[in-house]
Amino acid sequence: MAITTTTRSPRPAAPVAERRPRARWGARAAPYGYLAPFFVLFAAFGLFPLVYTAYVSLHRVELQTSQQMDWVGFQNYTRLLEDPFFWNALRNTFTIGVLSTVPQLVMALGLAHLLNYKLRGRTFFRVAMLMPYATSVAAATLVFAQLFGRDYGLLNWALSSVGLNPVDWQADTWASQIGVSAVVTWRWTGYNALIYLAGMQAIGHELYESAAMDGASRWKQFLHVTVPGLRPTIIFTVVVSTIGATQLFGEPLLYEGNAGGGISHQYQTLGLYMYEQGWSFFHLGRAAAVAWVMFLLIVLLALANAAIAARRNRTDR
Amino acid sequence: MTTIQLQKPVRRRPGTGRRSPLQGGPLAYAVLIGATALFVFPFYWTLVGASRTNAEMSSASPALTPGSNLFHNIGEALQQAAIGTALVNSLIVACTVTLGVVLSSTLAGFAFAKLRFRGRSLLLAVTVGTMMIPPQLGVIPLFMVIVKMDLQNKLPSVILPSLVSAFGVFFMRQFLIQALPDELIEAARVDGASSLRIFWSIVLPVARPGMAVLGMLTFMATWNDFFWPIVALSSQNPTVQVALRSLGQGYVQDQSIVMAGTLIGTLPVLVVFALLGRQIVGGIMQGAVKG
Repeated sequence: MAITTTTRSPRPAAPVAERRPRARWGARAAPYGYLAPFFVLFAAFGLFPLVYTAYVSLHRVELQTSQQMDWVGFQNYTRLLEDPFFWNALRNTFTIGVLSTVPQLVMALGLAHLLNYKLRGRTFFRVAMLMPYATSVAAATLVFAQLFGRDYGLLNWALSSVGLNPVDWQADTWASQIGVSAVVTWRWTGYNALIYLAGMQAIGHELYESAAMDGASRWKQFLHVTVPGLRPTIIFTVVVSTIGATQLFGEPLLYEGNAGGGISHQYQTLGLYMYEQGWSFFHLGRAAAVAWVMFLLIVLLALANAAIAARRNRTDR
Repeated sequence: MTTIQLQKPVRRRPGTGRRSPLQGGPLAYAVLIGATALFVFPFYWTLVGASRTNAEMSSASPALTPGSNLFHNIGEALQQAAIGTALVNSLIVACTVTLGVVLSSTLAGFAFAKLRFRGRSLLLAVTVGTMMIPPQLGVIPLFMVIVKMDLQNKLPSVILPSLVSAFGVFFMRQFLIQALPDELIEAARVDGASSLRIFWSIVLPVARPGMAVLGMLTFMATWNDFFWPIVALSSQNPTVQVALRSLGQGYVQDQSIVMAGTLIGTLPVLVVFALLGRQIVGGIMQGAVKG
């Protein structure tokens, strides 16, 4: 019994030579066995929908009868290009993207720099900074919508108590876009700070030592040691947050609770526009076309990022 | 004597002179404390809102401290948006998904990290490549699939598509490349251990720290997932995030009840975070260096 069940027994039951072919076949097939659970589900629920979206976008498909697809060619796309709300959403995605990504990454860089100092309670600071990351889009947005309330929001109360005019954080275009961006910035700044911090800790301590010996101020050290050393990390975060900004959906949806993105669609993003097309107006085919446009946008942004990074590298050397 | 003892552990790095360039000054503390306050304040404000009445919240001079209405508001929130069902649903979904992602990622991550086979680099490239593509892109066909499978408004519609994660596979691969020495597998193979046995008694124990980090990240992400559950589930059988949305959507919005719901929906993750925050921070920083 013991001999047949345990492979670790000093004397194997079957001679090694006899078992070879089977064992070798097993060894060759084993990797695919390990991959199977992942790839079966990944193919069904990950890859197939990605590819199939393009096909759906060339059809008229309505939500209620989603099994029935009528070929319409590029009609969904031409309709998009004629829809002023599509262009509005594209513009908003861009402005909200800039309003949320730039302050987020700049603040993260500054905070990471401070967290890289020798500090008491550094773990506390790190954990506190990551707490917003642990909250959901829904929870964060609901709380911020309350803080940004026009009549009874805390922010307007604070503004008026120092003698400033209250701001209409809902109806005003820029103010509402700032409000939506604030949720994004709050949730992701700490996360990015930690990623920068990890990158900073990989920069050799000696570099700072020698820079200090040469009389470089802290600001100079930051500019000439930290930032160049972090370049790959910075590019990584720019790419990731740009992609995130392109898909922005939950924040504008819950800021006032409707899929239109404000009374005059003043903060409707592409992600929200897609949801509105598909699940408020029931046009799944058109929604698929929006999804495909979003994808092309992301590819373009990624290529632009890569080109800028490559150019930077060339001018440096 | 005492001062020397106190100072010694601070200057641990060799060659760091008196004026270490990375010594934090008072300004650093001030900025960090200010930033921490900004990061933590919305949580405090949720608690304030959740423990007050709507009238107190919507007055010209809002209350700034927690009140006494917390349990009443939580009761109301539980009634209004099926938050009880939602909590159970979210727990089921998050636990199942976490288990699936950790297991499938460890298996596939091990194969990618340590085994040689045909098509390895192509399959890995496909896996990593799709990490760049937003999940929203696939939502419409995915929706059509679950309608066809008659899974709409049922929990499997949220569980099935999330059971595997390309990020998870990549994460475990990076972890195992580092943590698992090739010699260990070779030695086991020479001893005649089967492939499955190698995985069970050598890979799994080594992979445990990576699996723990991936598990925490997956649990948090699944608990907080918003877009797909909104599409796939109705407000009758919601996850917590879907329930929060219907709370925020009411015609007459009672802000204190919205805040109470938010508090309930956030609390479980915050508890996880309070217990394991240090490891989560470590995991994110680790993943960042490698990614």
